[in-house]
Amino acid sequence: MRRKALRSRLAVHGTRLLAVATLIGGWQLAASHWIDPFYYSKPTRIVERLHDWFTEGTAFGSIWEQIAVTLQEAVLGFLLGALAGVVLGILLGRSRFLADVAAPFIKAANAIPRIVLASLFVIWFGLGMSSKVATAFVLVFFAVFFNAFQGAREVDRTLVDNARILGAGRRQVLTSIVLPSATSWILASLHVAFGFALIGAVVGEFTGADRGLGLLINNAQGTFDAAGIYAAMILITVIALATEWGLTLLEKRLLSWRPGASHADAPA
Amino acid sequence: MRATAQVPAIEVRHATKRFPTRSGEYTAITDVSLTVQPGEFVTVVGPTGCGKSTTLGLISGLTTATDGEVRVNDRPVQGIPEGLGYMFQTDAVLPWRTVLDNVAAGPRYRGTPRSEARAAAADWVARVGLAGFEHYHPHQLSGGMRKRVSLAQTLINQPATLLMDEPFGALDVQTRGNMQDLLLDLWSGSGTAVVFVTHDITEAVALADRVVVMTAGPATVKDVIDVTLPRPREVEEIRLTEEFLGMYRRVWDSLREEVEITRARGANRAA
Repeated sequence: MRRKALRSRLAVHGTRLLAVATLIGGWQLAASHWIDPFYYSKPTRIVERLHDWFTEGTAFGSIWEQIAVTLQEAVLGFLLGALAGVVLGILLGRSRFLADVAAPFIKAANAIPRIVLASLFVIWFGLGMSSKVATAFVLVFFAVFFNAFQGAREVDRTLVDNARILGAGRRQVLTSIVLPSATSWILASLHVAFGFALIGAVVGEFTGADRGLGLLINNAQGTFDAAGIYAAMILITVIALATEWGLTLLEKRLLSWRPGASHADAPA
Repeated sequence: MRATAQVPAIEVRHATKRFPTRSGEYTAITDVSLTVQPGEFVTVVGPTGCGKSTTLGLISGLTTATDGEVRVNDRPVQGIPEGLGYMFQTDAVLPWRTVLDNVAAGPRYRGTPRSEARAAAADWVARVGLAGFEHYHPHQLSGGMRKRVSLAQTLINQPATLLMDEPFGALDVQTRGNMQDLLLDLWSGSGTAVVFVTHDITEAVALADRVVVMTAGPATVKDVIDVTLPRPREVEEIRLTEEFLGMYRRVWDSLREEVEITRARGANRAA
């Protein structure tokens, strides 16, 4: 039994490695003989560019500085946006009246192509970090808000009634029933939300910045440096994956009470 | 256990409940009158969807009557009355809390400090037979065990009035029998007035001092049958006696017609 499982895992990993090797090898080969590496770049050039960045730095300072700036903007926008989304989502989710009043405004605001606000924010806040934080904020807020709103709305009525009969006041119902109930909805949106925060920070930097990974991409575009664009993409992907992993750990911890999360067997 | 006539624990006087619907109004119950003395165990049977749960809702204060009056401990019901306990049909235990913290919820809500609440909770967890499972989460427990948690969670507040809405309906027959015996055991001597809604006539007769039979919707009280079986009772044993069978027949004779009416209505609607 265990050997079979081991063999299938090896098969899966093996096939993955094969696929990656084929892709990269094929790309390298194609770019060396048939397609123009000026437009499409090749793996060796990308590795070179990354190597340069990490050893000699970029045109705007050390690569670590760029990463730090983009990360800071994303994290700040994420935290602020998530907080605002949760608070407003739960508030409106529990108050029928407020929800009805705000509904058309929220619909309208949601229809605006949010990414375009980045340009507005550069005019408002300048080229510094705040305009990027604002862009990230706006993207994160709507994602988290709708989930928190839905989660607060869908709290099981029986749980609320039961708590009231046991003696819970309004505030106690909110903290002990509504909030934990909505948590799985909120956590679900946080994964997507951090991705948005990163996008917001990078696009904000595209639009106008003095430092950051988005600026590197913009600069690479301007100097026809395809390898540079790929290199920056790789860095952003690594950051996104690392935070995704961290968030999944957090989620597992907070949602350990869910069925399937634990392996303890129920005695009869 | 017959209680002497005193201030009734529950008094429902000519209560009617109408719900607004898209096509007008729907009358769930009409002119329902019911009196429950302190320490009395009353079960309510009726055909499906006849408004038994609505009646409980009125007594609990979770809904208000359209007409008529509902009093608990001689006070009109406005909001949730004091000293009330309610056991729901569906699971009301909090999935994100341990068994201990679930049972401790009532005292915590009412301001008891955490260590005290947990100590009382541990006591009740043992009384419902879940000793050792204090730190388990609900999803790790079987349905019957979750019901025990619900029971402990409700009884820890020592309610003077206990409402139960088909609490054991979702359990298998054997577990149901265990829960019925547990309930009787924990209830006897407590002086709590109980109103227990069920579909199951066996359950209704085995547990009760009186069985209330309700008509098909819009429901009203059709019959009230005294159950003269001796206490303490063991559910599995008592339902094999002649006396029990006699009571069962009386309840079924009254209920049969209502079940037929409801079934015919359902068939007509589907046709």
